[in-house]
This record gives sequence, structure tokens and C-alpha cells, in this order.
Amino acid sequence: MRIIPSSLIYEKVKEATKKANFVIEEDISKCLKKGCLNETNPLSKKVLEEMVDNIQIANDKHIPICQDTGIVVIFMEIGEDVFIEGSMINDINKAVKEAYLEEYLRCSVLNHPIERKNTFTNTPCIIHEKHVPGDKLKITICPKGAGSENMSQLKMLPPSAKEKGIIDFVLDVVKNAGGKACPPMIVGVGIGGNFEQSAIYSKEALLRPINDESDDIYANKLEKILLEKINQLNVGPMGFGGQMSAMAVKVKCGPCHIASLPVAVNIQCHVARHEEVIL
Amino acid sequence: MELPIKEIHLPLDLNEIKQLKARDFVYLTGTIYTARDAAHQRLVEMIQNKEELPISLENMYIYYAGPTPSKDNIHAGSIGPTTAYRMDAYMKEMANMHIGGTIGKGKRADIVRNIAQKNHILYFVAIGGLGAKYSLCVKSMKCVAFPDLGPEAIYQLEVERFPVIVGYDIYGNSCFPDDEKL
Repeated sequence: MRIIPSSLIYEKVKEATKKANFVIEEDISKCLKKGCLNETNPLSKKVLEEMVDNIQIANDKHIPICQDTGIVVIFMEIGEDVFIEGSMINDINKAVKEAYLEEYLRCSVLNHPIERKNTFTNTPCIIHEKHVPGDKLKITICPKGAGSENMSQLKMLPPSAKEKGIIDFVLDVVKNAGGKACPPMIVGVGIGGNFEQSAIYSKEALLRPINDESDDIYANKLEKILLEKINQLNVGPMGFGGQMSAMAVKVKCGPCHIASLPVAVNIQCHVARHEEVIL
Repeated sequence: MELPIKEIHLPLDLNEIKQLKARDFVYLTGTIYTARDAAHQRLVEMIQNKEELPISLENMYIYYAGPTPSKDNIHAGSIGPTTAYRMDAYMKEMANMHIGGTIGKGKRADIVRNIAQKNHILYFVAIGGLGAKYSLCVKSMKCVAFPDLGPEAIYQLEVERFPVIVGYDIYGNSCFPDDEKL
């Protein structure tokens, strides 16, 4: 049994939460630059250039990349041989609160969906815990903005809908999101599980680096088909039309009921923020 | 095909408004005011209750945005646009108060396009996710209403060469390719 003190989790989460709001995966800038070169629509080309410029400014001048510093979603993979000593949930929320206040990040979390009072701490965050074999602890911190989150959808398809039904639904969601979700987007698709599990799959899919390939042959094939079809929709950067509506599609599949084909589509804007900590 | 780029100073007069076409890339200089979901809800409730507003809305250019906190109470933090369709429900009341224009991101309801055409209240699209870049265009900011709303308060911003795109013009055109002409 390996003991990990909760105080260490607090330190690491705080550091990663700060970093996530200022620096994103380098391949996103590269992908946007590549989009600039290929884009023939002058307005969309200009918009892509501005996006690349913004990521650089955020980095150089230490300004949050996007003002919507999100609600913080945390994925934890806890090794079965790990014992966490202390009050982990409290410490994670404390870390997030301090990171947001110390770095002048926007507090966007309300106490209640109807009462709607800002907690002014950007907490509580949303924590998903999973137990895995081993003695490691993996924590992924994702500040997720509402512009793209609001455009996400879930549908319980009948199994007869097959791949075509999945593709049609994803295209429908992306089209409906249009410029509202700050494209070029990254599209996370969760297929299988049940109602809530498909949504979690769709968000987990977004944690992968944008250029990697799925090792599930069905997911891999769907990612390629979907990316091609999405980029024919002419949504384009901020909805102005053009060749790059999505930078990537990430699909995650899981076992499901004989009667079900759940499909969740989680839309991620071009400011895809996630930081990983392994202890 | 070259991208039309224009420099404009706010507030605009009718002659200047007539020159602007959907998809023009424009740099705005002048005064704009942030207001998003919660501020709109309060303003419209006050209008409906015939209460005195904390600030005149006449000729106001409203930027749908909730910035990250200012470090010195003068300069803005990260300050990109929020999605505009959520404010469509308040647009009729705001147009009745003779606002000057709106700035946000994404497609909006037909009422907003009709208001652009009939009342000459234009909708400009700011580029989403550009919080850091827009921060550098804000020369000064101060809170002018609803400070208790934090990021959703109304802030007066002095902006210089603030890049936006004409979304809906007075001729019934939209910047979004799949919108049909009105």
C-alpha cells in the first residue's frame, strides 16, 4: 500500500490549475497555423491568425487565454494500491479556489442553478473518480468554458440507427453549435455505456492529445469519417465558413445494453485546456 | 478576394452605419459597456417595473462579456465575448431603450437581424477565445453598475482598435454563410 498525503495532491492540483489557464498543448497552435495556410476564405483566415496570436500573447504576457476560465472538471485515476491520507475532496477544492483567486481567474460557479449566486471561489469543482490497478495516482485538470459545453448534446439511439445514426447525430450537433462554440472545435464523442456513462466517455475522449489516434479500430475509423464530414459542413472559424470547422474528433466507446446505443457529443472550443499530474 | 478592413470610432452616425456590411472586419475605438446574462435580467426587470436605471442605455454599445478580474482596477483582465443568443430574449426591451449596438459571438434569433435592419442597431461579432488579445485593446475599465455581480457587473471600457466583424448589417445580410438574406 502506497500512502499519498492529500496535502501533496493540493499542491500539485493548485499548480496545474494555474498553468492550465495560460498555456495549452502546442499542437493546437500548430494545427491552427496549418489551417491558416490552407484557408482560402479571407475572413476565416484572419480569424485563425488572431487565434494563434492570442495563444502567444497569453503565454508571453501571462493573461488567461480565454476569459471563461470555466468550471474545473477533474478526472482522477486512483491506483488500487494507493491510500490517500487526508481530506482529498476538501483539499482539491481549496487548491482550485486559491489558484483562481491568486491568478485573478474568473469565478464562474454559482451556488444553485435557480438561486444563481456566485460562490466567488470557482468551487465546487466537478470530480470524477475511477479506481484502476496499480499504485499511481493520475489527476487531469480541465477548466471547461460554457460556450462549448452549452452546445453539447446526448441522444439514446436505437441499435438499428447503427453507424449512420451516430454520424448524423454528431453532424447535427456540430452544425447546431456553429460559431457559438468557438470553432475550430474538438469534438468528443462517447458511444455506449448508458445515459451518464456516454457523457463521461465523451469528455474523457477530449483529454487525449489532438494528434493521437484511437487504438479501438471502430473508434479510429469513426474519428476519420467524422472529421472529414464535419470539415465539409462549412461552419469554419467562429462560424464564418471555411475548411476548418474541427481540428480533431475523439471517440471513446464502451460496453452497453442490448437495447441501447447511447451517443454523447461534448464540444470543446479551440482553447482546449487540460493539465495532467501523475503521482 | 481581399478582406475589407475598416477603422471606426464609436458612437456611429447613420451615415457610418450605412457604410458597414456583414463580414467587414472592423477595428472599434471608443466606449463600450459589458453586460451579460445577469445584468440583462436585472436591467429588463427594472425597465418592466419602471424603476430608474443605474445607467442610461441610450446609444450604448453593449459587449456581451464577463472579464477575468482586473489586477489594478484600471486595466482589463482576459476579456473575450460570450455567446450572444442567450441575450436574444432581452433584445426587444434593449432596442426600445435605443441602445447603439451589440457585440458578442455566434448566430442569433431573427429578431436581432430585424432590429439591425429596422432600428439600425448593428450586431458585431467578436472572436471567441481571444481573451488575452482583447485585454490589450482595453485602455481602461471601471465598474458602473451592479458590482455585486462580479464578472457579470456592467463595466465601462475605453477600447482602442478592438477587432470585430460586422455580424448583421442594416441591409438584412448576415456574416454567417448559411443564413439567408432577410
